[in-house]
Amino acid sequence: MSAGVGLLSIVTFLPLVGVLAILLLCRGTDEDAIRNARMAALWTSLATFVVSLFIWFRFDSGTADFQFVEQVDWLPEFNITYRMGVDGISLFFVLLSTFLTPICILSSWTAIQIRVKEYMIAFLALETLMVGMFCALDFVVFYVFFEGVLIPMFLIIGVWGGARRIYAAFKFFLFTLLGSVLMLLALLAVYLEVGNTSIVEALVYSFAPDLQIWLWLAFFASFAVKIPMWPVHTWLPDAHVEAPTAGSVILAGVLLKMGGYGFLRFSLPMFPEASEFFTPLIFVLSCVAVIYTSLVALAQEDMKKLIAYSSVAHMGFVTIGIFTATNQGIAGAIFQMLSHGIVSAALFLCVGVVYDRLHTRDIARYGGLVHRMPAYAAVFMVFTLASVGLPGTSGFVGEFLVLLGAFEVNTWVCFLAATGVILGAAYMLYLYRRVIFGKLERVELQTMLDLNPREIAVFAPLVLLVLWMGIYPSSFLDPIQMSVQNLVDQHQAAMHAMGETAAVAARGQ
Amino acid sequence: MDMIYAPAVPEIVLACLAMALLMAGVFGLERGRIVSWLCVVSLAITLLLVLTGGTDRVVGLGGLFVTGAFAVYVKVLVLIGSALAIVMSLTFNEREALDRFEFPIVILFATLGMLMMVSANDLIALYLGLELQSLSLYVLAAFRRDTLRSSEAGLKYFVLGALSSGMLLYGCSLIYGFLGATGFDAIAAAVGGGDPSLGVVVGLVFLLAGLCFKVSAAPFHMWTPDVYEGAPTPVTALFSVAPKIAALALFIRVLMEPFGDLTDKWQQIIVVVAILSMAIGAFTAIVQENIKRLMAYSSIGHVGYALVGIATGTEEGVRAVLIYLAIYLFMNVGVFACILAMRQKGSAVENISDLAGFSKSRPLVAGIFAALMFSMAGIPPLAGFFGKFYVFMAAVNAGLVPLAVFGVLASVVGCYYYLRIVKVMYFDEAGEDMDRPLPSEIGVVAGLSAVVVVLFVVVPWTITDFAGGAARTLFSG
Repeated sequence: MSAGVGLLSIVTFLPLVGVLAILLLCRGTDEDAIRNARMAALWTSLATFVVSLFIWFRFDSGTADFQFVEQVDWLPEFNITYRMGVDGISLFFVLLSTFLTPICILSSWTAIQIRVKEYMIAFLALETLMVGMFCALDFVVFYVFFEGVLIPMFLIIGVWGGARRIYAAFKFFLFTLLGSVLMLLALLAVYLEVGNTSIVEALVYSFAPDLQIWLWLAFFASFAVKIPMWPVHTWLPDAHVEAPTAGSVILAGVLLKMGGYGFLRFSLPMFPEASEFFTPLIFVLSCVAVIYTSLVALAQEDMKKLIAYSSVAHMGFVTIGIFTATNQGIAGAIFQMLSHGIVSAALFLCVGVVYDRLHTRDIARYGGLVHRMPAYAAVFMVFTLASVGLPGTSGFVGEFLVLLGAFEVNTWVCFLAATGVILGAAYMLYLYRRVIFGKLERVELQTMLDLNPREIAVFAPLVLLVLWMGIYPSSFLDPIQMSVQNLVDQHQAAMHAMGETAAVAARGQ
Repeated sequence: MDMIYAPAVPEIVLACLAMALLMAGVFGLERGRIVSWLCVVSLAITLLLVLTGGTDRVVGLGGLFVTGAFAVYVKVLVLIGSALAIVMSLTFNEREALDRFEFPIVILFATLGMLMMVSANDLIALYLGLELQSLSLYVLAAFRRDTLRSSEAGLKYFVLGALSSGMLLYGCSLIYGFLGATGFDAIAAAVGGGDPSLGVVVGLVFLLAGLCFKVSAAPFHMWTPDVYEGAPTPVTALFSVAPKIAALALFIRVLMEPFGDLTDKWQQIIVVVAILSMAIGAFTAIVQENIKRLMAYSSIGHVGYALVGIATGTEEGVRAVLIYLAIYLFMNVGVFACILAMRQKGSAVENISDLAGFSKSRPLVAGIFAALMFSMAGIPPLAGFFGKFYVFMAAVNAGLVPLAVFGVLASVVGCYYYLRIVKVMYFDEAGEDMDRPLPSEIGVVAGLSAVVVVLFVVVPWTITDFAGGAARTLFSG
């Protein structure tokens, strides 16, 4: 283990340098100061992304260990250490965060006109917290980042959001906090059990089965709200609809993944027996989520709300994949999260494009956009099909692997989840038809302009990535393979041990 | 028993300085500002003496007085709190025509009482310190004597305070009657077996009731909102920090030293009081419209969290409470600095709705205010989170898991009203602009507290090491 500060800390805290720069250099509220703030934010986030690419380049795909590990004493008397590191599971989430932040900043270039400086500061702070959370290898550090995310997100929704932003911001904050504080107690219990707060050590510690149940439930409270699972998903449509476009992008792109990441990082490896015990519950809730929220999405009149419900359905796939505890299932879940991070982010950006022009998200107010905006129609189509899971796009790989994993474990779960794919195609294509095709009848649509160069710059990397992930998924699946394999092996070993104990107990009677 | 004066030198010096300043005020120095600064200097001198006095446990004044790392830690907090309260009162008192020289001097006497409480090693010394503090605070609460609200606050505080002092005294006399001793060491020796007579337990209950009143823990919190609202704002700032810290320190000392062996007797009481305080603090604050009343309920809630740490009865719990108190001090002082910045058209405003658009007219102060609110709510990475973190860790470690669960749930409820202030400042349409310019000392105090609250996460050991040492001295003996 190397000591000191390294690449991960640089990626984590580089955005804060941008925050300082904005605070110190961009004084006043005139045009220049605002432009400088935008530029500072964009360049900082781009630099962060470039630096974060080095994590990928130098990542060793041949090991399941944590890499780029850093360690600095923080609260030595409590054995709490600032520990950072990534493995195959967290690697791409870090990249996803650093990739989406510059896109968010670029997409709000003209959409945000009030309190621009504060907006940029909020996004950069958010980036630090997100990256730090995925890198943290210490419970307390993890929790600080995990929970800290609420502050900038609360402000982003509340200050720059839509009409019901206050309700949405409070609901988002209090829902997530309620789940998180229970996890905090579980983290404390884990700490007292293990003796220190290292995630690495907790991963190999075996907890007593009774304790596992309680701890698992506490973690579940937090991650189920965050991901979100039915029935605690109700904050999500509100938050998504009221947040500004870039806020929805980050929310769908990264914040939801915190829940999935949490299940993968903590629930499954630390509490294998409890996970096994609760798998039916997860499957039921996930299947309900997939089918129910897909049907709800079908009935939506608001574009953002439709995509928000589709997120819940897609996340249902993720939870199914994770708790199959099979190689394909987990790899598929991770891939699905990455794909959804890109695709749903892009879909929200697509909504943002027309919203900036017409200031409504009402589907009925659109129609026939293909005539005025061919480039936009093409871009929107790519992401619609990716969301549906068309082969050749990123959405297919994840869904397919998850269904494969689910089939091995339980054909009924696989069957029910697969209906979600069909429903997904229904609501996405229905949305696409109503917005893009048909006659261009409305007067206000006659003057709509197609994508401008800035918007093309926003969408180009997303389109490329969606196709790359769909056509050659190995670039992304290879680095995560060893970590997933390791996770599955450990889980099976734990199951095996549990089976033996049960057998011994049975023989003893 | 010979008299050792050395451990009490800071208190003796402070008493002399305060009396000298009183004379100076009576016979000449009429301008409040000079006396105020001299009072701050007196507190600084006392602080210096406390810090250089050493952290070994020394008993003085014939066994009535004890000092050590614990006392030093708490005294430092109390002195900082009092000094900042005086600094914050400077401009406010001038504007509100309250700049009488007695004001800071009465604070000095109150502070002297608090220092005595912290160092009390005997029930008599405890009572003397407590009364010196309380009598000074009654005067301060009613300092704006020509307004009804302030007089009412002072009178209410006095009547209820006298009642609680009576209960406390009754408890003390019962303990003395059954054990035949008032010194803490003697009491500790007498109850050492862990199976005391019923009279001692009843006495302890009365003693605790009196102390709960002083720290405004539920169900003895009734006076707090009215007094907080009625008293002049700098006085409220003082009330919310220094006396509370001193009284909680006294709480800790009484429970851990003389009654340390009776943990199973008092633990259930403290648990109930903690739960009630957290619940009342969280739920009642939601409907408040006046920010000072809101802070009153907030402080009731915070006392509840501190009591969670005390309820553990462990060294870890005491350390957690001490860390909590330090963080609480800086958060609260900062919040009151922000409240003092709330002035429209030349007069102070206190309604939460007056904060609308605060972020537009005073972005920096509003930013500090928002950070302090998130910290009060216990959201990481701000300092307030760590205060709660240590307390809950101690509670889980001591097996008080249900209490910890209740605590975190109450903190979620509490979040709501802290966020409401952020909401009014940032989300609502701008209202009346706040007056400019801000008095510089208010800005400095707010900035200082913001720095502490934000940077605690980077250098936590500056406070935690000190607190750890302080807690250890209570349990080593």
